[in-house]
Amino acid sequence: MLTLSGIHTFYGPIEALRGVDIQVARGEIVTLIGANGAGKSTLLMTICGRPRATRGQILFDGEDITRDETFLIVRRGIAQAPEGRRIFARLTVFENLQIGATVGQPQHFDEDIEKVFILFPILRQRRNQRGGTLSGGEQQMLSIGRALMSRPRLLLLDEPSLGLAPIVAKQIFAAIAEINRTQGLTVLLVEQNAFHALRLAHRGYVLQTGRIVLSGTGAELLANPEVRSAYLEGGVHA
Amino acid sequence: MEYFLQQAINGITLGAIYGLVAIGYTMVYGIIGMINFAHGEIYMIGAFVAVIAFSILAMFGIANVPLAILIVLAVAVIFTSAYGWTVERIAYRPLRGSFRLAPLISAIGMSIFLQNYVQVLQGARVKPLQPVVTGGLTIMRSDHFTVALSYIQILIILTTVVLMIGFSLLIARTALGRAQRACEQDLTMAALLGINVDRTISLTFVLGAGLAAVAGVMVTLYYGVVDFYIGFQAGLKAFAAAVLGGIGSLPGAMLGGLLIGLVEAFWAAYFTVEYKDLATFAILILVLIFRPTGLLGRPDVEKV
Repeated sequence: MLTLSGIHTFYGPIEALRGVDIQVARGEIVTLIGANGAGKSTLLMTICGRPRATRGQILFDGEDITRDETFLIVRRGIAQAPEGRRIFARLTVFENLQIGATVGQPQHFDEDIEKVFILFPILRQRRNQRGGTLSGGEQQMLSIGRALMSRPRLLLLDEPSLGLAPIVAKQIFAAIAEINRTQGLTVLLVEQNAFHALRLAHRGYVLQTGRIVLSGTGAELLANPEVRSAYLEGGVHA
Repeated sequence: MEYFLQQAINGITLGAIYGLVAIGYTMVYGIIGMINFAHGEIYMIGAFVAVIAFSILAMFGIANVPLAILIVLAVAVIFTSAYGWTVERIAYRPLRGSFRLAPLISAIGMSIFLQNYVQVLQGARVKPLQPVVTGGLTIMRSDHFTVALSYIQILIILTTVVLMIGFSLLIARTALGRAQRACEQDLTMAALLGINVDRTISLTFVLGAGLAAVAGVMVTLYYGVVDFYIGFQAGLKAFAAAVLGGIGSLPGAMLGGLLIGLVEAFWAAYFTVEYKDLATFAILILVLIFRPTGLLGRPDVEKV
C-alpha cells in the first residue's frame, strides 16, 4: 500500500533521513521504533509532504505522491495523528472532529462521529469543551479520532503514548488494535515505547540516525538482543 | 448634552468605518501573522471604484438611490476583492516560509505601489461625488443646537452592524470559518487534515478586502470626496483600532474601531481638531503599555 524508497529529508540544515526504505501492506500495523532524534517523526511528516523528501520516492497505492501538496496527499486517504497531538486548543472537541472530516463525505459525518464516540466515549461527554481544556490522554484520543474522521485508508500515528499514564496508554493501544481488526485500517505507528509497539504490530522497523538498521516481525524484534539492549532494557516494561 | 449626543453619533459612524477596515488587518494577522500594510490602499481602491461606478450609473441615468447603492456596493466588493486576492497572490504567497520581515516589507512596497498606481491612473486631485443620500432625522432640538442623524449615517451604522453579525456567524458557524480558525491556530495541522491552506488564506484576503470595499463605498457617500491618499490615513487608524482591540480578535477589531472613532470625534469637538490624531495614538500607546495584548486580545500562550 505504502512504499518508501531511498527517502532523504532535510530538517533545516540537518539530514534527518538518509535513504529510508520501508513498506506497509494493506491491513498491517507496522511500527517504527528508535531513539529520540532518530528521524521517526520526520519520516511520518515526509509521507505527508511536510517537509518534502529531497530524494527518493513515496508510492501510495502505486501512485507517486512524493511531490504532492499536503492537503492532496491527505485527500488520497492518509491521515495523521502527529507528534504533540496538535489539537486546535480554541476549537471545541466537536469542531476539532468537524475539521477532521474536511476530506470526508458530508453524508458520512454522523456515522463516523458516532464510531469515534464509541471508540472513545469520553469525547462524547467533552464534545462542547474546548480542545485546550482536555487532559493529555483525552487530547490523544481526540487527535486519533480527528484523524479517523476522514475515513483514511492509512493512519499515521506519532507517539500516541507519549506523556500518558500507563493505563491510558494501554487504552489507546487497545483502541488502535481494535480499529485495525474491525475496520481493517492500515496503521504506521511511531513509538518510543518499543515494548508495547512491537507487541501490537505485525512488523517493525528500527530507525537509527536516519537509517533503517533492522526490520522484522514484532516478535522477532522483541526477541532480538540488540533491540532488547537498546530499546527495551531499562525502558518501560508494562 | 445635545452637542455630546451629536458627537457620539458622528464618532460611531466614523468608528463603524474603521471597524470594517480593521477586520481585514486582524484576520490576516490572525491567520498568517503579518500586518498587511496594503490593506488601507485596498480600502482606498474601494472608494475609487465607488466614485467611478456612481458616475457611470449617473451617465446611464439610474436615479433610484437604493438600487444605485446596491449596484455600486456589488461592483466595489467584486473589484476590490479581486485586488485583495491579487495582492496576496503576487506579493505575499511567494514569500511564505521566508523570514518573518520579508512579507512585511513586501506589504509596504505594495502599499506604495497601489498609492502611486491610483495617483497615475486617476490623478492626484481630490475626486468629488455629488451627494447621493441626502437628508436625515432631527433627534433633538434646543434653542441653540440641533442634533441630527443623517440618512447616510443610519445607512453606515446599519450596514456595519449587519455585516458584523453576518461575519461573526460566518466565522463561528460555517466550514470556511472553521477552516480559518484552524489555520489561525496551526497551519501545518490544518494541512494535515486536508484543508487547502493556500485557498483559505486567499479567501481571508478576499473577505477582508470585501469589507474594506464596503467601508470605501460608505466613506465616499459620507464625505463625498476621495483621493489616492485616504487609504494611508484610514489604514493607519484602522490598524490602530485592530491593535487597540487586540490584534487577531474579531470583536476586538470592532470595539477598537468604535473607540477610535469616538475618541477622534470627541477630541475634535471639545479640544482641537489639529491634534485629534495625536489623541488617538496617545490612547493607543497608553492602552498598549498597560495591556500589551490589546483590550480583547489574548496572550500568546496556550496549554499544549
